[in-house]
Amino acid sequence: MSKTITISPVTRIEGHAKITIQMDDRGNVVDARFHVNEFRGFEKFCEGRLMWEMGGITSRICGICPTSHLITSAKAGDDILAVAIPETAEKLRRLITLAQWIQSHALSFFHLSSPDFLLGFDSDPATRNIFGLITKDKEFARRGIRLRKFGQDIIEVLGSRRIHTPWAVAGGVREPFDAAKRDHLLAWIPEAKETALLALTTLKSIHEQFAADIPNFGSFRSMFVGLVAPDGALEYYDGTLRVMDGSGNVIADKIDIHKYDDYIGEASESWSYLKFPYYKPLGYQKGMFRVGPLARMNICDYIDTPLAEDERKVFKAIAGKAEAVNNSFYYHYARLIELLFAVEKAEMLLHDPVMLGTNIRARAMINRRLGIGASEAPRGTLFHRYEVDENGVLQKVNLIIATAQNNLAMNRTVRQLAIQYIDGNRITEGILNRVEAGIRCFDPCLSCSTHASGRMPLHVQLLDCEGTVLSELRR
Amino acid sequence: MAILTLTINGEHVSGKDDESLLAIAQQHGIRIPTLCHLDGLSDVGACRLCLVEIEGSPKLFPACTTRPQEGMAVSTDTERLRRYRRIIIEFLASEGNHQCAVCVVNNHCELQNLSYETRLTHVSVPYLYPKKELDASHENFIIDRNRCILCTRCVRVCHEVEGAHTWDIAGRGIACEIISDLNQPWGTSESCTSCGKCVLVCPTGALIEKGEAVAEMEKKTDFLRYIVNARRKREWVNVDSDEE
Repeated sequence: MSKTITISPVTRIEGHAKITIQMDDRGNVVDARFHVNEFRGFEKFCEGRLMWEMGGITSRICGICPTSHLITSAKAGDDILAVAIPETAEKLRRLITLAQWIQSHALSFFHLSSPDFLLGFDSDPATRNIFGLITKDKEFARRGIRLRKFGQDIIEVLGSRRIHTPWAVAGGVREPFDAAKRDHLLAWIPEAKETALLALTTLKSIHEQFAADIPNFGSFRSMFVGLVAPDGALEYYDGTLRVMDGSGNVIADKIDIHKYDDYIGEASESWSYLKFPYYKPLGYQKGMFRVGPLARMNICDYIDTPLAEDERKVFKAIAGKAEAVNNSFYYHYARLIELLFAVEKAEMLLHDPVMLGTNIRARAMINRRLGIGASEAPRGTLFHRYEVDENGVLQKVNLIIATAQNNLAMNRTVRQLAIQYIDGNRITEGILNRVEAGIRCFDPCLSCSTHASGRMPLHVQLLDCEGTVLSELRR
Repeated sequence: MAILTLTINGEHVSGKDDESLLAIAQQHGIRIPTLCHLDGLSDVGACRLCLVEIEGSPKLFPACTTRPQEGMAVSTDTERLRRYRRIIIEFLASEGNHQCAVCVVNNHCELQNLSYETRLTHVSVPYLYPKKELDASHENFIIDRNRCILCTRCVRVCHEVEGAHTWDIAGRGIACEIISDLNQPWGTSESCTSCGKCVLVCPTGALIEKGEAVAEMEKKTDFLRYIVNARRKREWVNVDSDEE
């Protein structure tokens, strides 16, 4: 008799989801799906609101990466005002974007993923978390928590609060920076750099330890999409879109973000609230692509900070010649390289005298009826598209969130892991956790991506071919 | 004009017979919460937050529009009044669409401050989520009726101080709302002088300046005192000429 396993809720990700695994009557996995079962409706209820409010409203989507929404929204706002923002404002926005990367990447690695690596996939789920980690290696956990604090600290210093700061606005930013704040942040840099390097060393030792598991963590070819700087460098705030295939060939480049709609389509499925963006030229399903650290590391030509660039070269070697790194497990590696980059780049920016300027905001009224903003959120490229009337009242809103763009790939990863590890009727906690960990590679943030609120528990169901629940595991 | 003696919360106070209980209380440093009242504008008793108890009457009286009487015993801070004030704020919250977190006047809002002051922790009646219009047609200002509590400060300042009478109230009961001129988009109003007084006196984020983002706007009502004082002292009269 065929059956379906459901893992619900999925733990240690941001949001609420479940996984179902469909078995045939011989006990072989035929399909597995990652369902996101929350709905929030931001695109709809923002209609009729004011363009100027969008930074404040959209950043409330989530408490993990509100700053990414704030910045992207402010950029869409700049577009509607048709202004070039002051140089100081742009650099300050860049710094807060890096801060967002630092706090989110540190959270993803130290708090959410490292318990799997350091305590083992088969260890007791009750202690396989940040608290178990603290018990096992207090100093390591403390360093991780402090690195995240550094990111939060930058956000607080610039925006007066750690979460949901309304500091960036259409036209620039609200408050300037000063030398005392700069010195406070610079004092963090040595420790932050050391911790980022420690994270990399730790992860690389894990690569050997989990050599047998890694090939099953979503290893498949897909396209990679992200922003790159005009000279091809790793980009986080601006730039143009680049699309690379799974063999490392750049198939589209220098795409103006205003044309994103020509390249990225959004499909829906009845079984998930998370949309399925795809690369339009190849159509739905075939157009599966990945965004986020793995994609950014693949598509960029270089990184303009020395330590991260050295590490990027090691990363590229995993793929071999002219290949992209296709294994989703290496999201973790790419994420940590970015973490190091963000610390190095923040240091460079902090030394830049332009940061202390006081011309930080361009004022203008509605000069365009359409505004598009894009930036690299920790989990990938984030797009905000606003259509407004002549008074700045929103007529239509489209938000394309990084996690959604990874949806097809996350489903593929779950399927691959289920096929590899589940045979017949035996489902162990360790197997479920590997499936979950597959999802966790992408560091999905479901609150943003379904525009949903949530806790993050895990629910797995095993169903027969009629859809009857045979067994269920809830955490 | 006569000077009367009365008690407020057991304390002996005196006031003029043409002053309101609210004014007398304020002169003696006794705080009564208000929302529709603003020094410099006439009082209409619209918000009911300043309700007080008067010994010998089961009714409650709005302090802003009640005159004193000799020997009156007034209570401004009883358990019943505190409960009623909290319920008033609760109803205001449920009748509009007040989302403080994303509001332009977050942290600078009188309604929000009163919610804290009356210790409103939750709203126990169902939210009505009314569909209200946001009008951004004016060049400099916006009216968001979702956040309007119908205190009518804008109506009064426009009529009494600016003399334009752009704002008025249309509809009845729950359908009541502030309109400009003949219920037309604000931007097309012929009477509006774009002085912005209504925006500054609005206690919530219903009337705001264009281009301001979340929590960015702080209402300053000091101007009203200057204008009213100047008018009372006839400061605009040219002292060197005989003309008034």
